[in-house]
Amino acid sequence: MTLQDVIDQLHLKVLTQPADFSKVVPTGGYTSDLLSCVMAGAKKGTVWITLQAHLNIVAVASLLEMSAVIITEDAQADPATIAKANEEGITLLATDKPTFEVVGRLWEMGLR
Amino acid sequence: MGTGQEARRVVTDEAAGHISRVEELSYELKIGDVMTRDVQTLTPDMEMIDALQLLRRHRISGAPVVADGEMIGIISIEDLLRAVDRGGLHAPVRDFMTTQLVTIHWYEPVVKALELFGRASVGRLPVVDENGKMLGMLTKGNITNGTLRALQKDYQEEEVRRYRASHLFQDIISDRTSLILRYRIEPRDFTHGGQASNHIKRALLRLGANAQLARRCGIAIYEAEMNLIIHTTDGGVIWVEIESDHIMMATMDDGPGIPDVALARRPGWSTATAEVREMGFGAGMGLKNIERCVDEMNLESKVGDGTRLDMKIILPPEEMFGDTTPVAANSKG
Repeated sequence: MTLQDVIDQLHLKVLTQPADFSKVVPTGGYTSDLLSCVMAGAKKGTVWITLQAHLNIVAVASLLEMSAVIITEDAQADPATIAKANEEGITLLATDKPTFEVVGRLWEMGLR
Repeated sequence: MGTGQEARRVVTDEAAGHISRVEELSYELKIGDVMTRDVQTLTPDMEMIDALQLLRRHRISGAPVVADGEMIGIISIEDLLRAVDRGGLHAPVRDFMTTQLVTIHWYEPVVKALELFGRASVGRLPVVDENGKMLGMLTKGNITNGTLRALQKDYQEEEVRRYRASHLFQDIISDRTSLILRYRIEPRDFTHGGQASNHIKRALLRLGANAQLARRCGIAIYEAEMNLIIHTTDGGVIWVEIESDHIMMATMDDGPGIPDVALARRPGWSTATAEVREMGFGAGMGLKNIERCVDEMNLESKVGDGTRLDMKIILPPEEMFGDTTPVAANSKG
């Protein structure tokens, strides 16, 4: 499963620069809104599902070398967050769906 | 075909951040850097069938027609097809050559040629000097190859830089060599939160650390960095000392200090404010995370004086910096 499949099936909005997402294969998923938990639990190449949308999620995602961050419940990432994500090469995706539903769909798609 | 009216793209500072290295190269590389210099030429009196054989022999798709040292036309596959269509394979080249020549100067940037290829719908451009004398030929293939060569060179230079950094500990002889990195962290500066840890992680990779080690240091420093941002009165300092066999990391601040260090180390305990918690900090997991990432951790604090957090990572023999075993020498992050 590629990141492009995830974007298509969950109708995610791509907030950052478009790239060839069909070449990105997420290694797993992680969800938490507490950054320290993410630091402890998320592995390299994962997709992180959170309703946090502020600048610091980019630092976390970059440090952990994540595939992408899915921002849920229509939480609004401000332009500074998106600019920083572009600078660090982090893909930010957005949806109005709640975290629970997004995680459920990803699990159904086979992401572990 | 374009109209030739396309406005030259205005590059704002913001947009400049998104320009890829390939785009940058299209401005940096000159036509003269990528063109073919050794050009096969035709004469106007040759038969078209000879022109066809020359193109086939040299596996090229076109060639200029030269008479008395002057370029007077160009023959491309299209002209040959036209000749075949009209049974003109034994006609002279001058009857079928294209004489409306689009040329380009050798000193122009590659981006100019890309524009011209798009606009003039030609497959090749004769390259001329200031006086219109032909110097070479340019095809899109030349541009692709030239760009790839330049990218390869960039890559090699980066490799050389990494190589040099990773040999720091081997090349410099002393009884004890260390590299010290210092970062000043401002209180409540969430905008730059994680920047120092990212820089430290990159520095370690450049020194030849393996990805796992760089990640451990990155996570530990990130938590310590955020503690300085969230809790200190006046910010603090991150100090990292890298030696060949271990890494010492420390954060120092001068207040407010932690009243009960044992309590602060308990997972889930935090004094973070509601606003900070809303951002996802203050889970009370920071010190726990640090402990997990480092081999030794020591936290000392006194209310009114400040806090000092020391972290140490001991490098196993195969991961030592400047080690001569193949594992360390080849670790490319």
